[in-house]
Amino acid sequence: MELRPSDEQQLLIDSYGSLYAKESSPERVRAAEPLGFDAALWDQLVEQGSMSMAVDEAHGGWGASVLDLALVAELHGQALAPAPLIETQVACRLLARVGGATADALLADALDGRRLVTTALRRPRQGVAQLVPAGAVATDVIVRDGDRLVVVPAGDDRVVPENVGSLPLADVPLSKTTDPVAIAEGPAVDTALDVALDDWLVLTAAALSGMAGRSVEIGVAYAGERVAFDQKIGSFQAVGHRLADCATRAEGAQLLAREAAWAFEEEPDRGPELAAMAFAFAAAAARDCSDWSLHFHGGYGFMLEYDIQLYYRRSRAWANVVMSPAAACRRVADKRYGPAGGR
Amino acid sequence: MDFRLGESSEALRAEFRAFLDVHVTRALEEQVYRTGVSHDAEFTRALVDGGWMAPGWPVELGGQGLDPIEMLTVGEELGRADAPTYGIGTTVMVATVIRAVGTDEQKSAIIPKALAGDIVIVLGFSEPEAGSDVAAAATRAERDGDEWIINGQKMFTTNAQIGDYVFLLTRTNTDVPKHKGLTMFLVPMDQPGIEVQAVFTLSGERTNISYYNDVRVSDSWRIGGVDEGWTTMTVALTAEHGAGFASPMARLLAAAEAWAVEAEDDDGNCRLDDPEVREALGRTAIDIEVSRLLQRRVAWMAETGLDMTTEGPMSKLFSSEALKERAQDMVDIVGPDALRSYFDPTAPCHGVIEHMLRHAVGTTIYAGTSEIHRNMIAQRGLGLPRTR
Repeated sequence: MELRPSDEQQLLIDSYGSLYAKESSPERVRAAEPLGFDAALWDQLVEQGSMSMAVDEAHGGWGASVLDLALVAELHGQALAPAPLIETQVACRLLARVGGATADALLADALDGRRLVTTALRRPRQGVAQLVPAGAVATDVIVRDGDRLVVVPAGDDRVVPENVGSLPLADVPLSKTTDPVAIAEGPAVDTALDVALDDWLVLTAAALSGMAGRSVEIGVAYAGERVAFDQKIGSFQAVGHRLADCATRAEGAQLLAREAAWAFEEEPDRGPELAAMAFAFAAAAARDCSDWSLHFHGGYGFMLEYDIQLYYRRSRAWANVVMSPAAACRRVADKRYGPAGGR
Repeated sequence: MDFRLGESSEALRAEFRAFLDVHVTRALEEQVYRTGVSHDAEFTRALVDGGWMAPGWPVELGGQGLDPIEMLTVGEELGRADAPTYGIGTTVMVATVIRAVGTDEQKSAIIPKALAGDIVIVLGFSEPEAGSDVAAAATRAERDGDEWIINGQKMFTTNAQIGDYVFLLTRTNTDVPKHKGLTMFLVPMDQPGIEVQAVFTLSGERTNISYYNDVRVSDSWRIGGVDEGWTTMTVALTAEHGAGFASPMARLLAAAEAWAVEAEDDDGNCRLDDPEVREALGRTAIDIEVSRLLQRRVAWMAETGLDMTTEGPMSKLFSSEALKERAQDMVDIVGPDALRSYFDPTAPCHGVIEHMLRHAVGTTIYAGTSEIHRNMIAQRGLGLPRTR
């Protein structure tokens, strides 16, 4: 057993840590609202090889482990980074997995940032892929079209709704795209999207655990300086005990997300179940940690000027944009027992 | 990073599980449920013979020299089997303290017998007016030549009715701050002036109140220095690397899963196909995984020699609170049949769910209530001002 990142992983953490400190400060996060996209940050992430790390050498990448990706995702979540790192990594891994001329060409463009590819992980409704993560800033969306998995350009016909998390979501219609090329067909579509969902769940879990941890730090810092009734409010058990619970859940979320990511390579049979577990736990932890932390700011927490509201809003958005924590609990059951009615 | 416990631990797990499968019989389980006594002489004998009494101790002292992660594995299996080890646990804990701070005479008198399973040592810490604030103990010990005279009463002296010695926290000085006037004794139970009164608890476990009326104990039974009892207590408390309840939660989940596969709703649908059931089972599986990770982290840090601040309290706090919540969830999905107790032969899964509902309550109270652990996390871990 070893719970410390390796030396190489520590270098990765340090490198992304300084990138986010410089390019994703709370000021920059605010400035990127409401769209939720910072082009300069995105350029830096591309330059750092953030897409390349997600795929193996045979596909032009450098084949980092899922655990490596998760360690970066933690920092991404901590910084609320307004750039679609996880979405594009998930899409690149999907393209590498399905293969074929179309997917390979698109992947090559995605790796060096010429195109920004994302995935509609949910089934389109009435010809529209709804609330596609990163859909507002993507050039291409991988989406299910009947029994085919196709790539559609995200063009002027997309609708970009303002949303609680200031995420770059879009409703992307499929109808105007004439004859999109299929990158997978038949049963392979379900598999490709299901595996992509596993990737998304584990990396988003890591990001949410980072959000939860940072939310606790913000709350603890405030409780350690704010005075009420002649005492620092952190000395009241009503405050300190909640923060102790929050810190415990944030650490649990981090451990579980790391274990899930580790399992993708080391215990692949458990990967999908652990990914759903990690997401469900981290989503609830981020939601509750940001809530309590905001609450202990009193009226100030309700003001947009304080950073904690940024965490409050994004933890809720990330925790529900693809799958709710409750649905993730049911997915855990699917992975343990097979689908409902399947016996 | 590596989340495996390692080959030696997994080999040990297989070996110990096979041992427990033989020795924790249905009859033994029923005896423990019926009497509320988590100790059995025959099972203890089997543990001793198998080398499982204090496997973390060095081989030359009767142990197996297991490391903290291997010990964690042993603990996980004991929890999984729900083995009756409370009396062994307290006995070995006190032996550990004596090994650390006892005199040579005390060591030779106690340690061989403790590790051979020949004696049971019980804990006398809590009092009617001193629970979480255990340093407020008021049981008096007054010096009389080479002896001490003890007067007072202790709460929750579990197994005192079968105990050979009680490890007693006493007040020897009232003129100093409370932590500085405590002294610890190992008091032989078989003597006049000690009375034991049974107390029955929500989980069915039997504990006791014990009374000490002019009990005489030789100074040679003092463990640690006079007025240095708090230091001795600290040795006792840190010998436990941080409790966790992933194993009982896994028992709970296994019972609920077995129920869900078999049970049908009024329309004949399998309960495992109900989304609410699936969500509750999934959530329980998640809390088991988190509890396991938090506890394994403690063992890993102990093994690696890293300084711990709040990892132990986080493990105990999270897993006990989660056990309580998830036991309630399991009762809710099972419905009315979950109310049937262990003693009703028609109870689903032998009443494990009903029993866990009651058992879980105690886990958030004993060995430091959740509030005590939250205080430790807030102050030591988060650096918040002292809470009140």
